[in-house]
Amino acid sequence: MKMNGARIMLECLKKEGVDTVFGYPGGTVINIYDELFSFKEIRHILPRHEQAGTHAADGYARATGKVGVAIATSGPGATNTVTAIATAYMDSIPMVIVTGQVPTALIGNDAFQEVDIIGITRPCTKHSFLIRDVKDIATIMKKAFYIARTGRPGPVLVDFPKDIQVAMGEFSYPDSVDIRSYKPTVEGHPRQVEKACKMIMESRRPVLYVGGGVVLGDAAEQLTTLARNLGIPVTTTLMGLGSFPGDDQLSLGMLGMHGAYCANMAMTHSDLIIAVGSRFDDRVTGKLATFAPNAKIIHVDVDPTSIKKNVRVDLPIVGDVKDVLAQMIKVTDKEKVKVADFVASLSMWHEEISEWKGKHPISYKSSASIIKPQFVIQKLRELSDDDAIISTDVGQHQMWTAQFFQFNRPRTLLTSGGLGTMGYGLPAAMGAQAAYPGRQVITICGDGGVQMNIQEMATLVQNKLPVKIIILNNNFLGMVRQWQELFFDKRYSQTCMELPIDYIKLADAYGAKGFLATKPEEVESVIQQGFAVDGPVIMEFKIAREEKVLPMVPAGASLNEMVLNA
Amino acid sequence: MQHTISVMVENEFGVLSRVASLFSGRGFNIDSLSVAPTNEEGLSRMTIVTRGDDKILEQINKQLNKLIDVLKVIDFTDGSGIEREMALIKVTAEDESRAEVLRVVDIFRAKIIDVTPKSYTIEATGNPLKIDAILDLLRPLGLKEVVRTGAVAIGRGAKGWKG
Repeated sequence: MKMNGARIMLECLKKEGVDTVFGYPGGTVINIYDELFSFKEIRHILPRHEQAGTHAADGYARATGKVGVAIATSGPGATNTVTAIATAYMDSIPMVIVTGQVPTALIGNDAFQEVDIIGITRPCTKHSFLIRDVKDIATIMKKAFYIARTGRPGPVLVDFPKDIQVAMGEFSYPDSVDIRSYKPTVEGHPRQVEKACKMIMESRRPVLYVGGGVVLGDAAEQLTTLARNLGIPVTTTLMGLGSFPGDDQLSLGMLGMHGAYCANMAMTHSDLIIAVGSRFDDRVTGKLATFAPNAKIIHVDVDPTSIKKNVRVDLPIVGDVKDVLAQMIKVTDKEKVKVADFVASLSMWHEEISEWKGKHPISYKSSASIIKPQFVIQKLRELSDDDAIISTDVGQHQMWTAQFFQFNRPRTLLTSGGLGTMGYGLPAAMGAQAAYPGRQVITICGDGGVQMNIQEMATLVQNKLPVKIIILNNNFLGMVRQWQELFFDKRYSQTCMELPIDYIKLADAYGAKGFLATKPEEVESVIQQGFAVDGPVIMEFKIAREEKVLPMVPAGASLNEMVLNA
Repeated sequence: MQHTISVMVENEFGVLSRVASLFSGRGFNIDSLSVAPTNEEGLSRMTIVTRGDDKILEQINKQLNKLIDVLKVIDFTDGSGIEREMALIKVTAEDESRAEVLRVVDIFRAKIIDVTPKSYTIEATGNPLKIDAILDLLRPLGLKEVVRTGAVAIGRGAKGWKG
């Protein structure tokens, strides 16, 4: 049956199992929207800004593990998606972004709403396609989804000119895809795995240093089994939170700039770091020259470019983390006696670690008169569902969430780790809630970031997405203010927001509910009231204005040079 | 250290800019770059001359391999390849220098491909170092214009790039 290109695109999405897309209409995608009008198999959510729509697709992808899909028109619609695409790229999130483009005959003519979006997004996409013939739509879409979700996942952009949307063609979706120049390695080399197990057995101060790759690779179960079988302590990056239960005895919590003292000390004194799906980011390693001076390093990652990029590696294993961890479990399972001896030999190491844990646990000074942000996070953990999904913005509240909201399950924290995008939290929560209407979805924001995509309140209300929005309001761009206090002589240049916003009225204006807490004793009841509402809610907490995120490794310092009190 | 790398790429829309922007985006150098289709349909071959220490070269190699359109990357720096470059050289040639230019052309087994009473245009082919050498000798005589293709390289021995 012949159909137009726009319809073929929708049929492709259906074949890929896409049930929800986030998009914004415009001149060069109007044909897609015309087809969508009568295409009931796909739910379309209309955000109020293309950036937010694309973040929502990202949140949907992070929460579900499926490929998120966003649509935007050409020109400004397309450029509005760029920050969200870069956010997804830095955190390796599988997405397909379909942008409208001016008709092929006009490309390059500076036509109305024309922009070279493939050129603009080249450095922040895993790959991109320009569709130039209606015959190619199906193959390109098949490839786009395949590339987005396999290997190290990432966003793929498909630029779709208007004349191709109108052109008629036959639809037939390919069953399989074969790209000769793209064959991601998925199975770890068995000999490397055996060597790794041998190195582990010979170590006395091992640490598993785990990143977002374990979440993305759905390998939390394997990681937990391996760590518990061998008694190896686990520290995670921001992106890795939830891949190992935060309440497990072996958990050291997060490491790095605002990581736990025990985690950073364990890394510094380790003799073997087993890096799994993590990439030795500068916020994690601190000063490279003094990073883990006595440790050998095993690095497991699906992306060879991550290995040896920042630190020397003694044993690289390229492969899917789930496969490699499963192999490691198998190999060590065969040597029960050896493993028992090994586990026993770690008792000294565990003692040292629990000393560090006891010496400087993640903590804060509580107050009876003023709301401490950390207290709000702890209360949220206490009062929220076990499987609640939390998204954050970027800044102090993000680090407090990482430190105090003990994450026990993978895919329950959605946060912009790599790019650090303010304005991410609210739309990402929107995407997660669209995927899981029945689960509790909470976004924890500061008063800075929440205003960057506050217009999405309308989308939440319109689509009955009951996201719970927590605003930790200090009327400051708190993280930058903290740096100004510590490193710039308290010269608070442009970090005070000055104008107080009435968030309760704002919620009301959008047709949502709002609750405000100004005293510590109100925190619990505001959270309870907010959670009880069957719709989107803003819960605002006026917090201690000059509270800092601690501990902190100053930029450029070594991991063991932490500022513990300031 | 200078490295000569061959990159087999799918002849897809935008592939050159993907490779070029990888180098610029990550701060890698390109000394020269040449691209043309191969005998295999849909496949082009780029020869890139770049520089950097082992760590940088390892990243260049891996990052190139990571591009979806890149099929294979070969580093010829260990002497496993033969390199050639062509240059078109327009040189001032009047009076007594005309004979000197011809002698240099002869020594380097180059060719005169265009003549005027005041100039010669020379086609020279060889290892990039040989091109450097002929240019060094012609420079005092008056170089007017030089066009170099950048190096191309192929592996030594009976085996093709697929092994």
